[in-house]
Amino acid sequence: METNTVLEAKNIIKNLGGNTVLKGVNIALHKGDIKVLIGPSGSGKSTLLQCLNLLHIPEGGRLLLNNKEVHFKNKPGLYQLRQKVGMIFQDFNLFDHLSAKENVSIALRKVKKQGKRESAQRAEIELQRVGLDDKMNLYPAQLSGGQKQRVSIARALAMDPDVLLLDEPTSALDPELIGEVLVVIRDLAKNGMTMLMATHQISFSATLAHQFVFMEDGLITEEGSPKELLAENVNSRTKDFCAKISELTGEQA
Amino acid sequence: MNNFIVFITAHVIPGLNSGLVVSIKLIIPSAILGIIIGILTGTFRVYGPLPIKKLSDAYVAVFRGTPLVVQLYFWYFALPYTNFGDFRIVMSAETCAIVGFSLCSGAYHSEYIRGGLLSIKSGQLLAAQALGMNQITAIKNIVLPQAFRNSFSGCSNEIVYLIKYSSLASIITINDITGMGRGIAKESWRNVETYLVVGLYYLALVTLANIILHYIEKKMKTPGFEKEHA
Repeated sequence: METNTVLEAKNIIKNLGGNTVLKGVNIALHKGDIKVLIGPSGSGKSTLLQCLNLLHIPEGGRLLLNNKEVHFKNKPGLYQLRQKVGMIFQDFNLFDHLSAKENVSIALRKVKKQGKRESAQRAEIELQRVGLDDKMNLYPAQLSGGQKQRVSIARALAMDPDVLLLDEPTSALDPELIGEVLVVIRDLAKNGMTMLMATHQISFSATLAHQFVFMEDGLITEEGSPKELLAENVNSRTKDFCAKISELTGEQA
Repeated sequence: MNNFIVFITAHVIPGLNSGLVVSIKLIIPSAILGIIIGILTGTFRVYGPLPIKKLSDAYVAVFRGTPLVVQLYFWYFALPYTNFGDFRIVMSAETCAIVGFSLCSGAYHSEYIRGGLLSIKSGQLLAAQALGMNQITAIKNIVLPQAFRNSFSGCSNEIVYLIKYSSLASIITINDITGMGRGIAKESWRNVETYLVVGLYYLALVTLANIILHYIEKKMKTPGFEKEHA
């Protein structure tokens, strides 16, 4: 098992604004794993994701990418890690001054030092993959929320990441646009992409996830397959939480 | 009336035209250098490491806080008499003017650029870093291009100002439009006609600059951000 661990975090501690947001989190993603992070707001899900690609530098703990330790102070190592660990944000963060195609190709040119043509071709392939063949030359302000999130997924995929972190990728979307993004995520899952996703889309993620990871108060408190955690006769914190969300959204967990 | 037109065409216009060439040779390099200085110091003031940030703040404080006339006097009349060890800096009047204008203009530009940078949401930088860009690449390719668009109307305003304060070159002996005009007026005692035409020259320069700046602004506009009006 040790050999195919893509990303492993050990005892991650992070302080933000005087609070200890992560209090020693351990998580490992093996190749092809799909784990879903759930938990109440403020439990540290986003912070954990941002620590995993070192957008936040943890105060303590270790991070291993493909079994190799990444030192937090080593800047080139940090940039390397971020290329290999893709990140999808809740509010897309597309580059507003660039077209969809340029959004995808810019990091290929500036980080991977690819040529104009090569990077443009790759951008086209990735945008086709997320079903945006006809929107390549539009700018973020001309796209719907669902389209923007799909561009941001294409942008992350173009870097050939080993693992994709998704931070509530559908939370900022209108309900009728969520579906198109979930379809793309499902496709990625089918193709064996390693993913860690924070989400409140319980029923959707239950069909995809190999494992639910429940976070509360800066710690992972429960971990297990959706089946185990949501089974009829089990009394888990995850189940309570999912039931509450389902009550609100009318969604069946 | 006839006399008026003859005087203007025979004396004022030829004189001012040679001044116009001098003025343009001051304005264009100063505008370009000013923008470059402004972008650099504006960026340093937002993203620079602390010592460079402080230094940039100090530069802006000095150059925005003292009259341009005093700055020009310093470059032209004071600097040549200042010893740096065995070394003195002596610059021609034209160089002094360009140095003075660029540094003053740059201080103001940096303020507009700083505002533009602060208006960019932090998610833009975060997303760029998440793709593996280092801070400099991310600022240069993602944040600055957007910030520059947002600050452009302010920077245009500063360039218009620059065209007008370039007339101060005349006080350090340069025969720009104003310098030539003053000479013609002194010689002929016809202040009204001369300064009227001098004013028109600046008006024409500013109008031309506005046309060019608007064109650039339009070219840089990101689709989807247009204002809805005809």
